[in-house]
This record gives sequence, structure tokens and C-alpha cells, in this order.
Amino acid sequence: MADKKISLNKADRFSVMWHSQFLQGSWNYERMQNGGWAYTLIPALRKLYPDKADLSAALQRHLVFFNTHPYLASPIIGVTLALEEDRANGSKIDGTAIQGVKVGMMGPLAGVGDPVFWYTVRPIVGALGASMAINGNILGPILFFVIWNLIRIAFLWYTQEFGYRAGSAITKDMSGGLLQKVTRGASMMGMFVLGALIQRWVSIKFVPIVSKVQIQKGGYIDWNSLPSGAAGVKDALTQYNLGNGLALDKFKVTTLQNNLDSLIPGLAGLLLTFLCMWLLKKKVSPIWIIIGIFVVGIVFHLWNIL
Amino acid sequence: MNAIQVILIVVVAFLAGMEGILDQWQFHQPLVACTLIGLVTGNLGLGVMLGGQLQMIALGWANIGAAVAPDAALAAIASAIILVKGGQGTAGIGTATGVAIPLAVAGLFLTMIVRTISTAIVHIMDAEAKKSNWRMINVWQWVAVALQGLRIAIPAAALLAIPSDTVKNALSSMPTWLNAGMTIGGGMVVAVGYAMVINMMASREVWPFFAIGFALAAIQNLTLIALGAIGLSLALMYLALESKGGNNGNSGNNSATGDPLGDVIDDY
Repeated sequence: MADKKISLNKADRFSVMWHSQFLQGSWNYERMQNGGWAYTLIPALRKLYPDKADLSAALQRHLVFFNTHPYLASPIIGVTLALEEDRANGSKIDGTAIQGVKVGMMGPLAGVGDPVFWYTVRPIVGALGASMAINGNILGPILFFVIWNLIRIAFLWYTQEFGYRAGSAITKDMSGGLLQKVTRGASMMGMFVLGALIQRWVSIKFVPIVSKVQIQKGGYIDWNSLPSGAAGVKDALTQYNLGNGLALDKFKVTTLQNNLDSLIPGLAGLLLTFLCMWLLKKKVSPIWIIIGIFVVGIVFHLWNIL
Repeated sequence: MNAIQVILIVVVAFLAGMEGILDQWQFHQPLVACTLIGLVTGNLGLGVMLGGQLQMIALGWANIGAAVAPDAALAAIASAIILVKGGQGTAGIGTATGVAIPLAVAGLFLTMIVRTISTAIVHIMDAEAKKSNWRMINVWQWVAVALQGLRIAIPAAALLAIPSDTVKNALSSMPTWLNAGMTIGGGMVVAVGYAMVINMMASREVWPFFAIGFALAAIQNLTLIALGAIGLSLALMYLALESKGGNNGNSGNNSATGDPLGDVIDDY
């Protein structure tokens, strides 16, 4: 074994990592990510199994059902590389053992990847970029693209290396405390940010006027007694004092929105979100909810409610 | 629009279609896709703004297990093309957002079709594996990825083939109340994405974090980064206190495991 040891060097492993970005490319209803999985391992398998029959067996072995989170596949790929390398060098690891490790890891890891990447990192980085982009700031999309891909590539590479070094010992570690902790921590931070996003970005403005009260003289700017020209504008601005001074108008208009905001700002958006959650739990398709909201927006606008 | 622009749009659409399934570089996210369409058509600012608006709506859209999320790729690409061709400038963003939704549904069906075709492709891969012909497996993997790219590139090309005047007329024949209503709907519809995420993540343990986040966000001086820092600190404190109360401290392990996400969070 010592004289004809084949090992995967860093370039091979990097090539596998690069291929792994196409894991979902041939996603299909029958065996899901199996084609992408085989494609990912090809650079390594080619090197490990120079014999044609061995390579054929290895390729067939890796075309069975596989499905996990596309990024969390990386540690599994690392472990598989380590196992296949041992096997190619003559250890007695059979195909079923390798299969067992793959299946054993893909479930729990998918459960980590979804909350961490799709529900925490992407909404946060996406909202950060989008809030800048809405005002036309080009930095928004650039920040999103750069931050996301730095995190992603670092994750793909280091977890694959980690899996490769740890070999099958990782399986224990993965189901253990640390990952659980990362997932829970991500959910906490994710929920915090979601709360903030709902407050900031779900915009509902009710326009109906609840009350219209005349303000006492001296409480509003008396437009007729202002000096003319620029001096008058300056005077008015001083009196208005960014909304903290005198009112602009004779009447104090309170809309339904003002009333709701005095309870807690963003209440309407929060209630709408809860309604959507309830509908989703009732198995209403998100697409119908989205269409429904547009219809409501149009109809309520016609009725002068929104 | 000249020939080069048309080609570039189709290329961007192809990338977005690929990414719609691969989910790696995020070319299919509206923030990136609309910006790129804006860039190649010379409407960068407009594309960025539409991208930001659609991204807010699509934040929670992710394909998990059997749950099917609307397709962000077709929605982003097609609505950006319509916005650019309509020539209404920023006033058209509300309508473009509204148009994006049915497109997101259409994209969903197209994905299903390609995923079904891929079933046949992996059977070809099986046959090539028996012959240990790895080169052909690579080729077929690329065919499958390219089909996902065409899923968006073909509709984009078809939209480009429609004369600008037709698009303009269709958009300008839309009454203002419809446009205004769609803009209002676009402001509310972001709630659906958030609701999807909350339904997946919520547990008794994390609701207080949600409440604090909601209440603090009303303070306009706090930027999203500041809010992120507060949320992260709260989560770290919670976990640290919890492990102190438990049997052994586990907090020093993060960097030793080589888990870059943990490291990123630590370095935040």
C-alpha cells in the first residue's frame, strides 16, 4: 500500500469544489442531485481509479439518490473524498459504507443549511443590499454579490477540507452540539432581523381621515403675515422647525395610519404578516396570497382606503 | 436596442436561469439580475431600483423540500426588460413589480418541465457510467445546466422580439388607478416572503428576538447593520449564558472546527 499510494492533492480537491457548484444542475424528480454529485466527484474518481472497471463501478455507485442543501454538501463531499481515497488505496471500505455516510449526513445537514443560508444570511445580506438599491444606489447590488459569494466560497472550500481531514469521524461531530448551536443562533438572529424588516419594509398606509381639528391661532404658520421673497421662506422654515414647531396648516388632520402608528409603528404590516403566516399554515399557496394582496391593494386604493 | 445589447440581455438571462437551479452565485436574485439588465441596456439606475424593490419581495423565496417558491429568475429578468422597453422611467417600477408576480409563477412551470427532462438525462448518465465514460457524464451535466439557462433565455429573447411600441402602448393604456394600486400591493406583498421564513424558523425560543427586532426598528437612526449587530450580540449572549448554565462551556470551539460561518459571525 505504501508504494502505490494515490492521494488527492490540493488542486484535485479544489477542482472538486469548483465542480460542486454545479451540484443542482441536473436536479431531477427521480434521484434529485445524483447527476451533479457524480459530476462533482469526477475529477477525484478519475485520479483514484485509473482502471476502467473500477471507475465505472465508482461512477455508478455515485449516481444513486442524493439530496441536501447545495452548500452543506461540501462537508459530505470532503468525507466521501477521504473514504474513496482509502478505498482506492486498498482499505476494506465497501460501497455500502460510503453510501451510509452520505445518507447519514445529508438529512441533518440539509436541516442546518436552510435556516442558516436561505433564512438568515440571504435575507439579511439581501435586505441590506435592497434597502440601498431602492434609492438607486449601485453599491447595494455590489455589496450583496460580493459579501454573499465571499461567504459562500469560503464555506464551500473550508467545510470540504474539514470533511476531507476529519473523514468519517465527522459524522458524530456533525450531529453533535456545535452545528445545533449555529442553527439555533442563526434562527435567533434571523428572527430578530425579520422583526426589524417587517417594521421597516412592509408598507401599508391607510389614508382615511379619522379627525380634522382646527388648531388655535398661533399654533400654525400664518402664511399671510410672512415677509415676501426668500426671507418669508426662511421665516416659515424657522417657524416649522422640521416639524417640531408650528403646524403648516390650520387644521390638524389625523389619519387612521397616525392612530395605528401611535400604538406601535408598523402595526399594520405586522398584522398582515401574521395573516400571511396563518394562510400559509392553512396550506394556501404563496402565489395565491401574493395575487390576493395585489387585488386588495388595487381595490382598496379605488375605495380610498389605501 | 442594438444587436450587442440584445445578445448581452440574453446572456444575462441565461446566467440567471442557470443560477435559478444552482443557487450559487445568485445571478437569479432580482438585486443582481435587474441590475445587470439595467447595466447592459444603459438604464443602470433604473435596474438597481427595480432590483431593490423586487429583492424585498423575494427575500424569503427559497425552494425547500416539497415547498415550491415562486421563480425569482424569470420575474426579475422579464420585468426588468418590460420596464426598460416601456420607457416610463421610475414611474413604471410599480407596474413592473406587479407584472413580475405572474411571471414568477410561469417560471415555476418552466422549472418543472426542465426538471422532468433532467430525469431522462440522468438515465443517459447511468449508461455512460457503465461504459466508464466520464467525459460524457460531464457533457450531459452541462446540457442539463444549459437547459435551465435556456428556460429564462428563450422567454427573454421572445420579449425582446416584441416591438417597444407595443410594450409602451400596453403599459400606457393601463389606467393610473391600476398602476397606483399595484404599487401599493407591491409594498404589502413583501409580507408573504417574511411569513414564509417565519413559519419555517419560528419556535417558542426565538419569538422574543422577533419582538425586540420589531420594536427597535421603529428607531430610524438604527441602520440595518446596527440592527444586525444588536441581533447577533443578543443571540451570542443567549447562547453563552445558556452554556454557562449547562454542563460545559462550548463557546471556544467555533474557530477550532474550521467552520467559516462561525468565524464570519465571530469577526462580524
